[in-house]
Amino acid sequence: MTTTHKVLIANRGEIAVRIARAAQELGLQTVAVVSDADTTSLVAQMADQVVNIGPAHPAKSYLNADAILQAAQSTGATMVHPGYGFLSENAAFARRVTQAGLIFVGPSAETIECMGNKSVARETAQRAGVPTVPGSAGTVDDVEMAAQVAAEVGYPVMIKASAGGGGRGIRVAHSEPELRHQLPLAKGEARAAFGDDAVYLERFIARARHIEVQVLGDGKRVVHCYERECSLQRRRQKVVEEAPSPALSQMTRDALCESAVRLASAVGYSGAGTLEFLYDDDSGEFFFIEMNTRIQVEHPVSELVTGVDLVREMLRIAMGEPLRFKQEQIVLKGAAIECRLNAEDPERNFMPSPGKLSALRWPGGPGVRVDTHVYAGYTIPPFYDSLLAKLAVWDENRPAALQRMQRALAETSIEGVYNTIALHQQLLADPAVQNGQFHTGYLEQWMARRAAEKALALTSELTAGLAV
Amino acid sequence: MAEIFSPLPGTFYMRPAPDAPNYKQVGDSVAIDEVIGLVEVMKMFNEVRAEVSGKVVRYTIDNEDPVEAGQVLMIIE
Repeated sequence: MTTTHKVLIANRGEIAVRIARAAQELGLQTVAVVSDADTTSLVAQMADQVVNIGPAHPAKSYLNADAILQAAQSTGATMVHPGYGFLSENAAFARRVTQAGLIFVGPSAETIECMGNKSVARETAQRAGVPTVPGSAGTVDDVEMAAQVAAEVGYPVMIKASAGGGGRGIRVAHSEPELRHQLPLAKGEARAAFGDDAVYLERFIARARHIEVQVLGDGKRVVHCYERECSLQRRRQKVVEEAPSPALSQMTRDALCESAVRLASAVGYSGAGTLEFLYDDDSGEFFFIEMNTRIQVEHPVSELVTGVDLVREMLRIAMGEPLRFKQEQIVLKGAAIECRLNAEDPERNFMPSPGKLSALRWPGGPGVRVDTHVYAGYTIPPFYDSLLAKLAVWDENRPAALQRMQRALAETSIEGVYNTIALHQQLLADPAVQNGQFHTGYLEQWMARRAAEKALALTSELTAGLAV
Repeated sequence: MAEIFSPLPGTFYMRPAPDAPNYKQVGDSVAIDEVIGLVEVMKMFNEVRAEVSGKVVRYTIDNEDPVEAGQVLMIIE
C-alpha cells in the first residue's frame, strides 16, 4: 500500500507557489502556512489547506519552528518542504521535523551541519580531491610563516580571520612587504572584532566568476544537472543567471561537474543541492567555496536546459524513490537565462518599492517561463524580500536566448510599483554581457559607469539650457 | 505636543541591534535630525529621524511591530 502524502510548504512567495505546483503534479495534498501579511497570497489560494502561523515579522511566523510544526500536526501533513531562505538550511529544524515523524524534503540534519560549516566543508572537499582556493593548511602563526605560505600560494593573498564571516575580517596583500605590514594589523582587528586573533591565508582571485553546479542525490547515487553562471551580482545578490556558463570549455565543464558529484557523493547527499565554485578566467582553474543544501532561486535555468523538474524530483526522493536518471540521460540542450524582477527603484539606489500592483502583463510565447506569486490587484507587503518574479527563457543557443529575453522583457508590464525591468533591458544590451565576458564585480562597475554617464548627460543638458 | 511619523511602511525597531539599548527612552530629549528608530522595508534598514525637537512622551508602537507609511511612532512635547 502506498502512503498518501501531504506536503506542508514552509515558505512564502514564488518558491511556495513553485512547490505547490510540483506537489499538485504528483497528486499530493498541500498545506500553505502563511503570516498575517500573506493571507491573500497566491499559494494560500492554491493550497488544499491554509494555516495562519503568526504575525508578519519572519521571526514570528516563517522562522517560527513551533508554529510550523504545530500546523503540520493539526493538518496531518507528512512532509515539510522548506524552500529557500528562512528555515531551509537550519539543521535543528530539519532534526525536529524528522523527530516529529515527518519527512524533511532535503538532506539530513547531519549533512546540513557538515556542509554549513565552512572549514568542515573545505576539508571534506579536499579529502574528496576537489580543489579549494589555495591557501594555508590551517592558521598562520607569525609573519615568517605567512610569508612562506604566500610565496607558495602566490600573490595577491587574502588574510582572513578564522572566526570571521560575511565578508568581515578580510585584508588583501599584493606583495610580501604589504603582507608583512598587514598581518599584524589583521590579527589585531580579528582579536578586537571576534576575540580570536587566528588568521589564515587564501589566494585572492580578482576577476573570478561565480559558477555553481546543480546536483540531485538519493543517498546512494548523485547526478548533476550541469552548471549555472551567476556572476552578475549586486552586493552579493544575484541579478541575472544563466545556464550553461559562457566561459567554460567542454573539458572544464566535465571536470567541474564531476568534482561536484564527487563531493556530494562523499557526504552521501540526498535531495537537491548546489555546489558553488569560483572560476578564474585567467588560469582556467576552479575552486570549491561552499554548498547550499536546498533548492535555489535560480533553479529554473537548470530545469530549462535539462528538462529535469528539480522540485518534483526533490519530492520524489523525499518519498523514498530512487533517482530516476542515469547521468547520461541528463542532456544539456540550448541556453537559458533568468532575470530577477524586483520591486525596487534602480534609479534611487534600489530603494524597495512595496505596494499595490495596479496592472500586470506577463510575457508568453515559445520558451518563456514566469515564476511569480504576484497578481494584478495584489499588494506586495514590505516585510519580506523584493523579488516580484523570475523571468526565464530558453532558446537554441545563447545569442537567441538573449534576443528572446529582450522580447519577453519588452512584453512585460508591471504597474503600481518601481521595478527592475528597464535595468535588465540595458544590462542585457551591454556588449560585455552579450559576449559573456564578466566577473562578480562587473555589474557594480557597469552601474557606476552608467551613473557617471547619466550625471554627465544631465550636466551638459543643463549647460545647454543655460546657453539658450 | 508633536508627533513623529514613519516615512515608510515595514517593520519598526526601537533599537539599532537586538542587544543594544533603545534609541530613546521616555523623558529623553530629542534633537531635530536625531535617529529615533529604524524601519525595515524589504530587508533594507532605514533610519527614522526626528523633524521636531522636544522630550519623549511615549512611543506609540512596539519594537518589531508592523508599521504603515504615515503612522505615528512617537509623541514629543
